[in-house]
Amino acid sequence: MTESEKAPTTRRGVLAGLAGTLGAALALTAAGRRSAAAEPPAAEPPAAPEVRPLVAAAPLTSDALGRMHVELARALAKPRLERRWVMVIDLRKCVGCHACTIACVAENKLPPGVVYRPVLDEEIGTYPNVTRRFIPRPCMQCNEPPCTPVCPVNATWKNDDGIVVVNYDQCIGCRYCLTACPYGARTSDFGYTYTAGTPLAQPGILGQEAADDYERVASFEYGKARERKGEESPIGNARKCHFCTHRIAEGMLPSCVTTCIGRATLFGDANDPDSLVAEMIAKPNVMRLKEEMGTEPRVYYLL
Amino acid sequence: MAKYASRLNRIFWILAAAAFVVGLYGLYSRVAFGHTRANYGSYVPWGLWVAAYIYMIGLSAGAFLFSTLVYVFNIHRVSGEGTVAAPAVGLADGAAFERERLEQVGKLALFTALVTLVGALICIWMDLGHPLRAWKLVFQTSFRSVMGWMIWFYSAYFVLLLVELWLAMRADQVAWSSKSALARFLILGRRDVSATALAADRRLLRILGSVGVVLAIAFHGSVGAIFGVVAARPYWNSALTPIIFLAGALLSGGALLTFVTAIWGPEPGSASHRNLMGFLGQIVLGLLALDVLLEWAEFSIALWNGSPGESASIRLVLFGQYWWVFWIVHVGLGVIVPALLLTVLWRKLWAVALAGALIAVTFLTVRLNIVVPGLAIPELPGLEAAFTGPGLTTNYLPSLSEWLLFVWAVGLAGLIFLAGRRLLPIIHTEK
Repeated sequence: MTESEKAPTTRRGVLAGLAGTLGAALALTAAGRRSAAAEPPAAEPPAAPEVRPLVAAAPLTSDALGRMHVELARALAKPRLERRWVMVIDLRKCVGCHACTIACVAENKLPPGVVYRPVLDEEIGTYPNVTRRFIPRPCMQCNEPPCTPVCPVNATWKNDDGIVVVNYDQCIGCRYCLTACPYGARTSDFGYTYTAGTPLAQPGILGQEAADDYERVASFEYGKARERKGEESPIGNARKCHFCTHRIAEGMLPSCVTTCIGRATLFGDANDPDSLVAEMIAKPNVMRLKEEMGTEPRVYYLL
Repeated sequence: MAKYASRLNRIFWILAAAAFVVGLYGLYSRVAFGHTRANYGSYVPWGLWVAAYIYMIGLSAGAFLFSTLVYVFNIHRVSGEGTVAAPAVGLADGAAFERERLEQVGKLALFTALVTLVGALICIWMDLGHPLRAWKLVFQTSFRSVMGWMIWFYSAYFVLLLVELWLAMRADQVAWSSKSALARFLILGRRDVSATALAADRRLLRILGSVGVVLAIAFHGSVGAIFGVVAARPYWNSALTPIIFLAGALLSGGALLTFVTAIWGPEPGSASHRNLMGFLGQIVLGLLALDVLLEWAEFSIALWNGSPGESASIRLVLFGQYWWVFWIVHVGLGVIVPALLLTVLWRKLWAVALAGALIAVTFLTVRLNIVVPGLAIPELPGLEAAFTGPGLTTNYLPSLSEWLLFVWAVGLAGLIFLAGRRLLPIIHTEK
């Protein structure tokens, strides 16, 4: 890892690094060949050429995911107020596989009816001239969030990192914030379970009691382990995407970012001028949802 | 009490008890299964219980504002033509007697305001995801939220109602205290009924009533503002919203009070009772006209401007799946029929009472048509189809459990009203 941390982090640097590695490899092979030609033919068969994995040759940062990882570590070393977490979703790369939605459900142990990152599926044109467009919709983590001032008990606010968070122990479940979000990004945990109504155990068979173990396991949202039981929080609360703050705190990227098969979702600190996201949000083909509402979302879309 | 009134009183005892008993299942369902038996969800997060809350709280604010006609604006006499006279105009023959009856209507209005407030608070309390954290609303309030202000306004309003009611009944409670233990308890040791003490009571009532006018307007205005400030919902996001809430509160509360006065008012069937009903009927008619005007303003501006953001919700109200809720229940039974009754048959007591009942009951649909259509338009096109699960839909129809809990709250409020009418000196016919 120390090698990769020292590695260049700008795109140009990455390319230069790649070119350098490639050049060195070519030179080595050429040198080997030349030296072999100079030597007199040997009786024993030539030694098998050394196989070097391609991935190891390339620096970690040659892949967007690796680069974002390095940048995340760099951002975490800064004071919280100096970070500006931003998500960039490249709609040209999104194939509508919904892996991010499901990864999020798995990461945060979301019950039925709670979703942080649905993917909107838009069909354009009429058959047979049809094309589809997919718009993943996490929480926009607005810089001017309309959902926080409406809370009557101060249970939700924008934290120092700029992420809109919910204090599950303070939220009374009035759902005013759900009505106030222009993106429909908040859902309420009404206490549904996937296994409700499934058969209970028969002798020798694993029934509901065993099957529902997976939906009782703790979720680690906001860095606190909470098991789903009874009417305890987060049941009865407003819930929303928080850019996986609990993962970020451990130096991990949000779950939807790591799971995206096309590297369509990027994440990082926009205050770091060398970061991938800072590069991307400066592009001319960038847009934000409902810009006219003045909410200043921190989720950018590339078209 | 006239024969019709006592018969209706008995029928309402049966109805309220039945509503209470049947509705118990709704309460059980809410306690045992949480919110999983309700049909509201994350895309339509507020449903029948929120509509029921703003409906009953409107009835309360409206009935309260009617009580101030007596305690603040000093309307003490109603003539056969339905006109009123204030004491400044001069107390004519029998005016003092009349004044006493109208004061009884004042108490009836205060008590109606109290029981509807209780019903409203039950509905919204059960709607919370964590009802046991409701105390945070009062002790950890955020005043950046309109809802925070509303909580403080209605807490103050609740206290004010209790104090006003206590003051208004005190003299009678003292008179009753020899035979009633309840009355003895409720006077809280203050048994002074001298002329000066009563005058002091009356003065205090007037001050409290004046404060109450401001408080009731601020309080119900803030209920409307909760909706008005939500920029994400174009149907609600209008400066007119709190005003419409207030006009609706006056209309529905006044209509309810008119109906209540017809059955539980002072000396039902007497000439002065008829005069009073005629007077109340005319006020209700005027308020109905005002409400229709405001509704027209709201709907016409949104429909003519053609911006789909706002007109989408209104199209849903007028031509959506539940069009009949607006056209048949609200416009038909809540506006046209009562307007005809109040203009053509306004001298008939039953017609005025029926008009009041129709307006008061059907007003629930007006509240539903504010809450639900504002939410039933997806905020991003295709959102409701992007993921499936309970509550991830924009189609909302209250479930049986939701209806039953509402019925229970209404039944409970009704029983409190009927018991109070019987046990407390709200109206008494002894001379």
